[in-house]
Amino acid sequence: MNDYILEMNSISKTFPGVKALNNVSFKVKRGEIHCLVGENGAGKSTLMKVLSGVYPHGEYLGDIVYNGRTQQFKTIADSEKNGVVIIYQELALIPELSLYENIYFGHEIMKGKVIDWNETIVNSREMLKKVKLDVNPSIKVKNLGVGHQQLVEIAKALSKDVKLLILDEPTAALHEHDSQNLLKLIKQLKEQGVTCIMISHKLKEITAIADTITVLRDGATICSLDCQEQHTTESDIIKHMVGREMDHIYPKRKNHEFGEISFELKDWTVEDPIKGREILHNININVRKGEIVGLQGLMGAGRTELALSIFGNTTKYNITGGEMFLSGKKQMFRSPKDAIKSGLAYVSEDRKGKGLVLIQDIKFNTTIANLESLTDGQTINENEEIRIANDFKNAINIKAPSIEQKVRNLSGGNQQKVQLAKWMFVNPNVLILDEPTRGIDVGAKFEIYTLMNELVKKGMSIIMITSELPEALGMSDRLYVMSEGAITGEFLAEEANEHNVMAMAIKS
Amino acid sequence: MEVNNQKVGIGKEIICLMKTNIREYMMYIALVLIMIFFTWKTHGGFIQARNISNLINQAGYVAILAMGMTLILILKHIDLSVGYVAGFCGAVSAILMTKYGISEWIVIPLVIAIGLLIGLYQGFLVTKVGVPAFVTTLAGMFIFRGLLNLTLQNTGTIIIPNKGFNALSNGFIPDIPLGMEIHVLTLLIGAIAVVYMIASEVKIRNNRTKYQFTNHSKPVFLSKLLFLSTIIMLIVFLLANYSGIPWTAVTVGIVLIIYNYMLNKTKLGRYIYGIGGNEQAAELSGINVKGVTMLAFCSMSALAALAGVLYTSRLQSATPTAGLGFELDAIASAYIGGVAVSGGIGRVTNTIIGTLVIMSLTNGMNLMGVDISYQYVVKGIIFVIAVAFDVRTRSKGR
Ligand SMILES: Nc1ncnc2c1ncn2[C@@H]1O[C@H](COP(=O)(O)OP(=O)(O)OP(=O)(O)O)[C@@H](O)[C@H]1O
Ligand SMILES: [Mg+2]
Repeated sequence: MNDYILEMNSISKTFPGVKALNNVSFKVKRGEIHCLVGENGAGKSTLMKVLSGVYPHGEYLGDIVYNGRTQQFKTIADSEKNGVVIIYQELALIPELSLYENIYFGHEIMKGKVIDWNETIVNSREMLKKVKLDVNPSIKVKNLGVGHQQLVEIAKALSKDVKLLILDEPTAALHEHDSQNLLKLIKQLKEQGVTCIMISHKLKEITAIADTITVLRDGATICSLDCQEQHTTESDIIKHMVGREMDHIYPKRKNHEFGEISFELKDWTVEDPIKGREILHNININVRKGEIVGLQGLMGAGRTELALSIFGNTTKYNITGGEMFLSGKKQMFRSPKDAIKSGLAYVSEDRKGKGLVLIQDIKFNTTIANLESLTDGQTINENEEIRIANDFKNAINIKAPSIEQKVRNLSGGNQQKVQLAKWMFVNPNVLILDEPTRGIDVGAKFEIYTLMNELVKKGMSIIMITSELPEALGMSDRLYVMSEGAITGEFLAEEANEHNVMAMAIKS
Repeated sequence: MEVNNQKVGIGKEIICLMKTNIREYMMYIALVLIMIFFTWKTHGGFIQARNISNLINQAGYVAILAMGMTLILILKHIDLSVGYVAGFCGAVSAILMTKYGISEWIVIPLVIAIGLLIGLYQGFLVTKVGVPAFVTTLAGMFIFRGLLNLTLQNTGTIIIPNKGFNALSNGFIPDIPLGMEIHVLTLLIGAIAVVYMIASEVKIRNNRTKYQFTNHSKPVFLSKLLFLSTIIMLIVFLLANYSGIPWTAVTVGIVLIIYNYMLNKTKLGRYIYGIGGNEQAAELSGINVKGVTMLAFCSMSALAALAGVLYTSRLQSATPTAGLGFELDAIASAYIGGVAVSGGIGRVTNTIIGTLVIMSLTNGMNLMGVDISYQYVVKGIIFVIAVAFDVRTRSKGR
């Protein structure tokens, strides 16, 4: 007995120059948790946007049968009316509004011609209770961490009377702990009869939660695995995703030899003038030439703040104490420009907000941070620029028809690769990577890790900020753990394990 | 994902081109339609060489302002003060020439330097103090309007006797003395322009082929070249049969070449697009955001001074009403020319087309004797339609 809530048949969708979906079929049973996996640019997000009416009927080929009826959604409002709610890869909450305003944004509760705020607040409280978020609905969204914001998104979906919930990489920005909460919540929703489609690159969660897994590759359905009939492992999924076996996730580095210390912070102390308190306390860290140092910690431990305060201090914190040394020379950078000149680079975790110029193409974004090397004086050597952008596109396998593709049209993972290309072209001595593999598929992760290995082999030093414990353990030569603005632990790779690192990360 | 490499028919290619570049083509189509309309309404008067020369001379100062404004708008700022800065600088140049008897060739660089200083002041307020550009330049509007009036307080309108100065916006380039009916140098310049245009287009195309970028098919490419050459030669013939190329066109041409080169080929240009597209990302990429913004405001006010010189030369006098509404024409030109309302996108070459649209409307309606009040209404409507169209086509994400 197969009761499908959704059947998408032979869906095709073409963008100028790109066939994103090619005859895709996708079936979801009522009441199951269905995971959609595939490499970056495989077409997962596009398929879900077709379903939810972002790309209206007529802009794609094929048909959608939902609840037994052929549907032709023209707008998102159309699909929401039918109980299909999508939560995007990028959160869509308004930071300056309160939780209850956000939850009922777009479908306000009306009393006559005006909004019934009392009812709104009462209902919001109930929705928040359903997602187990115990906060006052009147606080502003910007005061919540990403993990909690994700829960608010789900509360918002519940308020719309959702039957089919679509989550596009909901845990990409979440730490282990928050992810676990979210997955638990999804399971509870399932018990209440909500069907759920989840896109994710985190295979561990998928094997833990999925009833069915559908794999997309290059815009086509590769297979659908029924996890209840037969046990599915991570390597099964990988095999279907990348089309070959992958025996290890973290490439090994050979010739483990480190040079002298290339970067060091001594008693680095920082105060946030807006909050009016110290946010980083006496940080002491260092990196050697050829070393990858992990900076582990929970969301909000102050790792990004630390990186930004080092890298030209654009956030205008007060650096109240401490010293920074780059290649033995004492430094204090007044702008990112200074920092880059001295051989320090920072790859932001927020690729859309702080990393990329989305309306420009791959070429533009690849070279923007190092145009000096393409000019003598002012004029840019365009042939050289094209050659370099093409080299990077091939080297790290950016999927796009050409380097003239606008970055906003790339899939999330490929955007991340463009960001990496940009900083690799700068070729700094010390590279700070902030969540470098967020939203990236296993295959591409492996490529990026391999790249990191090549970079350190050439003598670069890498500081890798990451929330993913396995990644931190798998890639670092040495590991600092941070909690509440202070370094709480330091481990050599061979001493570190999940337990002792985690213990330090939650220490306060 | 799979890349479409299959050959498509020419018809399909043209439709595809229309779809992806509709914004840019609309601008050209609008310009041609406007020109045809006025030619029809004025029984051919509009398209006569005399009037075209006139139109160029009228449009000169707006074009200069609009190019500077393009940079400012790409950076997501605005400059409302340009009109009165132009008026003020024009008045200063008149005083310097008449009252102090300084040669125009010293006066012109001098007022452009004054423009630079004004830009420095406004740029300082915007970047260092943090006053929004809208407010800074609104204040500038008050200030320079006042200064304009003060400058001309004792003299009233000043008539300028300097021949060289007045020729800037009324004169034409000299001819090679061969004793021919037609203006030979103009034809020569036209021919050089066509050859240069074709050579550079072919070079770009070959380069794109070398790097395996998508190119237009041969027929489409050739018709594009043919179309552009025809347009250039038509205008050149028109002008050559009259008095030749106006000096205004030369001035605008030089500024256009410099700004176009700067935006497309230099680091500075990249930085401007980068900041306009995503300021935070630009800063974290090591771009000196404040410095670049400062530079844009300096360039804007310096160009405003130049525009003031052109306008004063055009009228052969400085008046207290000079500058009124210039900023409107300049901003409208840039937006009609396709500068994105959300910043980060825009080209000076297209801005010039925008200027031609606005100034053709002015010129044509003047020829028809349309009341100035109606002229404002018509220009406003065309402006808002252009921007609405822009926003709609862009939001489709192409
Ligand atoms: N608006 C667009 N214009 C052009 N191409 C697009 C557009 N949106 C997506 N694409 C292309 O379609 C393909 C599929 O993209 P999609 O975003 O669906 O990938 P994805 O599977 O969600 O990847 P990721 O895991 O990186 O998020 C990509 O090659 C992408 O470049
Ligand atoms: Mg996606």
